[in-house]
Amino acid sequence: MNFDDTPQEAEFRAKARAFLSQHLTPLDPNESAPNLLGEREDKDAIDSAKRWQATKFDAGWAVLTWPKEHGGQGLGRMENVIFNQEEGRFKTPAPIYGIGHGMLGPTLMTHGTKQQKERYVKEMARGQVVWCQLFSEPAAGSDLAGLRSSAVRDGSDWIINGQKIWSTGAQYCDWGMIVVRTDPSLPKHDGLTYFIVDMHAKGVEVRPIKQINGGSGFNEVFFSDVRVPDAQRVGGVGEGWKVSITTLMNERVSIGAGTSGGRIRDIFRLANECRRNGKPAIEDGGVRQQLADAFITSKGLQYTSYRILSALSRGGTPGPEGSISKAVGAPFGQQLSAFALDLQGAMGGLLDPTLTPQEALWQETYLGSPGLRIAGGTDEVLRNIIAERVLGLPSEMRMDKGMPFRDVPTGPTKK
Amino acid sequence: MNLEFSDEQKFVQKTARDYLTENAPLSLCRAVLEGNKPYDPALWKGVAEMGWLGTAVPEAYGGAGLSHLELVLIAQELGRALAPIPFSSSVYLATEAILQAGSEAQKQKYLPKLTAGEAIGTLALAEGLGDFDASSASGTSFDGSTVTGTKLPVSDGAATNFAVVVAREGSGHSLVLVDLEGEGVTRSALASFDPSRPLAKLELKRARGERLGGAGQGAQLVRDVLDRAAVMMGYEQVGGAERALDLTRSFAMGRFAFGRPVASFQALKHRMADVYAKTQIALSNGYFAAWALSNGSPELAVAACSTRVAASEAFVLASEEMIQIHGGVGFTWEYDCHLFYRRARSLAAALGTANEWREKLVSRLQASGFGSGKGATELATD
Repeated sequence: MNFDDTPQEAEFRAKARAFLSQHLTPLDPNESAPNLLGEREDKDAIDSAKRWQATKFDAGWAVLTWPKEHGGQGLGRMENVIFNQEEGRFKTPAPIYGIGHGMLGPTLMTHGTKQQKERYVKEMARGQVVWCQLFSEPAAGSDLAGLRSSAVRDGSDWIINGQKIWSTGAQYCDWGMIVVRTDPSLPKHDGLTYFIVDMHAKGVEVRPIKQINGGSGFNEVFFSDVRVPDAQRVGGVGEGWKVSITTLMNERVSIGAGTSGGRIRDIFRLANECRRNGKPAIEDGGVRQQLADAFITSKGLQYTSYRILSALSRGGTPGPEGSISKAVGAPFGQQLSAFALDLQGAMGGLLDPTLTPQEALWQETYLGSPGLRIAGGTDEVLRNIIAERVLGLPSEMRMDKGMPFRDVPTGPTKK
Repeated sequence: MNLEFSDEQKFVQKTARDYLTENAPLSLCRAVLEGNKPYDPALWKGVAEMGWLGTAVPEAYGGAGLSHLELVLIAQELGRALAPIPFSSSVYLATEAILQAGSEAQKQKYLPKLTAGEAIGTLALAEGLGDFDASSASGTSFDGSTVTGTKLPVSDGAATNFAVVVAREGSGHSLVLVDLEGEGVTRSALASFDPSRPLAKLELKRARGERLGGAGQGAQLVRDVLDRAAVMMGYEQVGGAERALDLTRSFAMGRFAFGRPVASFQALKHRMADVYAKTQIALSNGYFAAWALSNGSPELAVAACSTRVAASEAFVLASEEMIQIHGGVGFTWEYDCHLFYRRARSLAAALGTANEWREKLVSRLQASGFGSGKGATELATD
């Protein structure tokens, strides 16, 4: 066991830092993090993210874990984490590639045809086109396999109809990966197929969703007779669930590796600035107990992700243990931001970035945090995953098991 | 970076688990809890023969010369077994104090006996209500050769041969080695929340003692010893939490209600998932602390606090949920749930409570400049 870099890791870290400092402005570790929330959807923000991705790609610092033939560097997960840690010390453009590079690229590399890999993967890596995921539907969230969008064969094409929702970044994406129902006479998991879809194709309509935090990171996407060539099918007809699982497993790894609870230093700084009983809040006994708990949970999440990373880099596969990162991390984000607002006293009720600490970062984090408890597996779904796959407890009873999908009972939503 | 224990270290853990599965069933803990012996002497002898008492003691003093990475894994297994022996008092506290502060002569005198299990030691600090640090030890004084004062509660005080006593000396505190079988020592067993890890009262009247470490260094030495012990105790607590969850799971799988195993109800699945998550958060903090401990890293000061708080909370939660998920039978003397409930509470009360360790954590982070906004020194892992 060793928390320090090996000599090779230290050398890699130094090289990464040298590259990054040529192109980016370092963040001051003594200053609180700037509020970059809400910048993600601006055209300028997307353009600057694309420019930075091209710079990294051309210099050999993009998608480090991908094989060289697909535009990557063939490096291990550890190097990837080191690069991300170093990149985190600088002010970077909005992160818009998490879904493409973290989930969809690996799915294509696992299940795509040779032609698909050659056509799409390297282009995805350079990031001048951006990809989104089209999975959830209005009536299929936690029960994703209950989705109803359909694809019907028409010669060498498929015709897609239906509605997807919660597609991150769809408004600026060029390509999407969609899972749809191709045979409603089969039980729900068996009748699904996975496709690559051109987001600029005729019949695709993207409508940004106005969220409770005022932002629009998510979208509804409507498909009206959208024609997709069979060559864009990923995996066999009826194998869509299997392919989707690859995407979702990679989502779990992405979330697990990305959780750092990195704002804990800012909370301590805030507790120094804010006042309680005429003294800095950090001198208040109750505040100190909460600060300690926040620190411990944050470090526990960080070291859990390092443990998973250590197992993976020694050849293990992503396991369900990764689920605790999100099961603990998502509600923790809400608790932490609520604590930060309590520290601010009456000012916690403001949303004015010119008057509040860190330009209303904690206010906006609190407004955004309910979404993180739902997206990518709700708190409840993640507890089921831990209970069933880690602890081996019985699965949920499924009323629709083995039933042809078209016979599965539904609520008021039409099939 | 590599956060895995090595295959050799995992083998040490497996050996410990196998040995304790065979030699320390829960009935052993129950026998001590229901009987009037302070610990199980046969298990103590066995653990000594396995060499665990001297795991991290250099071979020159009769130890195995391994590291604290092996020792924490053994602690985790002792926690799983609810082992009714004074391991934590003798190994995490007395042995560590002598390793940290002892003169060569003291090491020669005590360590071979401690590692062989022929001597059992403990730390005598508390004097009734108060924080678990030297500030609470001011009613006991050391005059250079004898100690006078009353200590309670003292973990395993009735079972041990000697104690590392924290006593006032001049304007500060010193650690003093006191032979509990000598003159001027009165020991009495106290009714304890967990009689399988019983507490005692020590009354010292001009009891002979020799200083351990420098005069006036007691407060700092106690702090160091407790930091180290907190990591090992943290692993013991995590082990207890894991076993409580295992047993709860097995029970819930076999207990049927409304025509199905109660383990299939989401309300109970989610409770068990929460216990698992809490235990993993404690264990992950423990990994870092174990590394800091075995590496002599200054980050131990913070990591020990985190581990201690997280592990106390995890074991307490696991033992509370164990009873809740068992339902009525969990409240009976006959079922083993209360063994865990008692042990979780007694370990949470030893070495200072979670509240005290939270306070230490924040004080130490402040002292390091964490989040102060001016010239903060970065923690290596931050």
